[in-house]
Amino acid sequence: MAAPGQESGFEIVARKDFSDATYLLEVRHPMMARAARPGQFAIVMPHEHGERIPLTLADFDPAKGTVTFVIQAVGKTTREMQLEARAGSRLFAVVGPMGIPSHLGASKKVVCVGGGLGVAPTYPQARACKQAGAYVIGVVGFRNKALMFWEDKFRAVCDELIVCTDDGSAGIKGLVTAGIAQAIAKHADIDEVIAIGPPVMMKGCAEATRAKGIRTMVSLNPVMVDGTGMCGGCRVKVGESVKFACVDGPDFDGHQVDFDDLMARLARYRPEEKAALERWQDSCRLAGRTEVS
Amino acid sequence: MAAPKPKKKTIRTIPQARTPMREQPPLVRATNFDEVTLGYSKEEALLEAERCLMCADQPCQRGCPVGIDIPAFIKKITDKNFHGAYDVITDTNLLPSVCGRVCPQESQCEGVCTVGETLEPVAIGRLERWVGDQAIAGGWANVPYIEPNGLRVGIVGSGPAGMACAADMAKAGCEVTVYEAFHTPGGVLKYGIPDFRLPNAVIDVEIDKLAQLGIKFECNTLVGRLFTVEQMVTEMGYHAVFIGTGAGYPSFMGIPGESLNGVLSANELLTRCNLMRARDFPAFDTPLAPGKRVAVIGAGNTAMDAMRVSLRLGAEKVMCIYRRTRAEAPARIEEIHHAGEEGVDFQWLTSPVEILGDVTKRVRAIRCIRMELGEPDASGRRRPVPVAGSEFEIEVDSVVYAIGTNANPILGQTSKLALDKRGYIATDESLATSIPGVYAGGDIVTGAATVIQAMGAGRKAARGMKAWLGLRDTESIYAEPGEAAEGPFGIHPQERNHARVRIA
Repeated sequence: MAAPGQESGFEIVARKDFSDATYLLEVRHPMMARAARPGQFAIVMPHEHGERIPLTLADFDPAKGTVTFVIQAVGKTTREMQLEARAGSRLFAVVGPMGIPSHLGASKKVVCVGGGLGVAPTYPQARACKQAGAYVIGVVGFRNKALMFWEDKFRAVCDELIVCTDDGSAGIKGLVTAGIAQAIAKHADIDEVIAIGPPVMMKGCAEATRAKGIRTMVSLNPVMVDGTGMCGGCRVKVGESVKFACVDGPDFDGHQVDFDDLMARLARYRPEEKAALERWQDSCRLAGRTEVS
Repeated sequence: MAAPKPKKKTIRTIPQARTPMREQPPLVRATNFDEVTLGYSKEEALLEAERCLMCADQPCQRGCPVGIDIPAFIKKITDKNFHGAYDVITDTNLLPSVCGRVCPQESQCEGVCTVGETLEPVAIGRLERWVGDQAIAGGWANVPYIEPNGLRVGIVGSGPAGMACAADMAKAGCEVTVYEAFHTPGGVLKYGIPDFRLPNAVIDVEIDKLAQLGIKFECNTLVGRLFTVEQMVTEMGYHAVFIGTGAGYPSFMGIPGESLNGVLSANELLTRCNLMRARDFPAFDTPLAPGKRVAVIGAGNTAMDAMRVSLRLGAEKVMCIYRRTRAEAPARIEEIHHAGEEGVDFQWLTSPVEILGDVTKRVRAIRCIRMELGEPDASGRRRPVPVAGSEFEIEVDSVVYAIGTNANPILGQTSKLALDKRGYIATDESLATSIPGVYAGGDIVTGAATVIQAMGAGRKAARGMKAWLGLRDTESIYAEPGEAAEGPFGIHPQERNHARVRIA
């Protein structure tokens, strides 16, 4: 990460920690804040030796000139950012918005489903649906109450909000699919379900709506390098065809997506990712830096 | 008897053999990313320059997509005026160190060289590279006098097409901004062409020369999504825009097994290795799972790069799978030769039918079928047809596709630019698009081609843009006042307004 005060790079204006693994970064980028639409993502490269990671935009504020990412510290890059990013520090590269914006506004009654980290990028979708005049039912799922965030933001844009936790410590006990089932049971006229979260969760959501034939859009986040269609690393199977999530997506019809293929492809650099994380953690210990979880 | 006048050079008097260029030995270089070819020494350059006949016809200049005055720069070399040689080249081409390395000279300048009718042609590319490298070593910069005209030009893409167009527009006096989606400029020169063919340091020096012309580079900018082409010519106030985004949407074949782990495009392999420096993982964070047994599908320059990169990443066996023969392979002869020397196993007349995986969804083998050449097809090349019953499996753990690219869809999705039926940007003869003031060139117009063709397109579009902007006469070359002494009465022959008086 570039040193604070340095001119190059993109300034982090705010940071907030939702849990010991999940954190929010608000980055100054007035042009992107103006151009961004729900469903789009950006690619972040924290420092010059870093990798380019795709992050779905969790919020964007044209008035403040900022874009917001909610990040889960899972691998080397995201943990390193968790350790080093703070208000005033800079990210080496941030490029976006990327991808085709979600097609919102046609549906009258929408269920916006966010699971875990996917709760964050679901927020701009719910907000846009509300602004377009739809009846918005929010379904947000977390492992437990301590990991919850943005409940207030969702309440502000949703007509109904269903909170699901794995252990029942908040809202209903169960997965987001239980929340979808509850919404479908109450409303017979749901036009669309928008689901964002881990692939296995989106797969579950697609299965939950398949029998009723409710249009279900999912936002895919496969491994990417450039994010501009150039490398083809993010290719996904959708129905009979192969699509590049970066330029043909990231939104696709959840009933058509081959999630098993997506999950297998997400695992393709796992040995290297594991080695990088272990090596980095060792170097942190040697340097006597704060122990990271 | 008076001393004999220096004789005019003839095909018999010039050095007969083309001066060879030193190279790293194949088995050494296949283990490192240092440059393969080591370039000429001064003596070698002078010797090779002697081989130019200075013929009246000068077909080489016409063979050059950017029209470098080749005999003039070679003459400067033989005169030992190396800076002068650099000046001649940079009148038309700002990137001699790049073009000297990656141009397919055998099908351009050297392909039509007069010497080449009898002997091997003059090694124009190697001489150009030598001059360019002298400039880098000596820190020469050729910053022309620029008269600002107040016009603003936006360039989309910092690859060879965008760079060439930017240089011409800046020299014409425009204020030029180049937008690049990656975090560093250079386009395919950076992400695609490996360091052992074109070192990144060379590209950076050449880009720095563009910056010296006043060209601004804005990285991390995805045009189309951050702002549209239409916005550039309206609210952003650009008087003209050039689009040189490249083709970039790699093709796959659609055979079973392509989503297995271990299958990737050459673009992904090269980008990870070259631009993101995955070859230095874990010092750099981008991973790359290098294959031990790699099959590369295709036989173009990108395929050769992918194979040679795979060898350097530690592959034990690298195979080239191509459905036609060596004679039809689109790669440069030199590249195929280099790849072969380094140990690539060429499987000509072979086409993949299926990629096979193991239980963990990793590649374990590729099933291929042998081909034979039938009747010529539309391209004039003999059509490969499968040989019935010839299927066989090759054990591999990585499959790399290098069979070309399709049009990148982003600008088509985000602007009203008219596209052709294949999805590339439609242009007229001057490379003008359907939006007034917006020009396009390079791979996004023609489909995948070479670096110098893209540069040629960038320059051609620049001519069109200058005409559109009403800029005239910007290509006349500013001559140093000192040279004026060469003309009669101190009047330079290129000066247009002096009276010609014939004395009887």
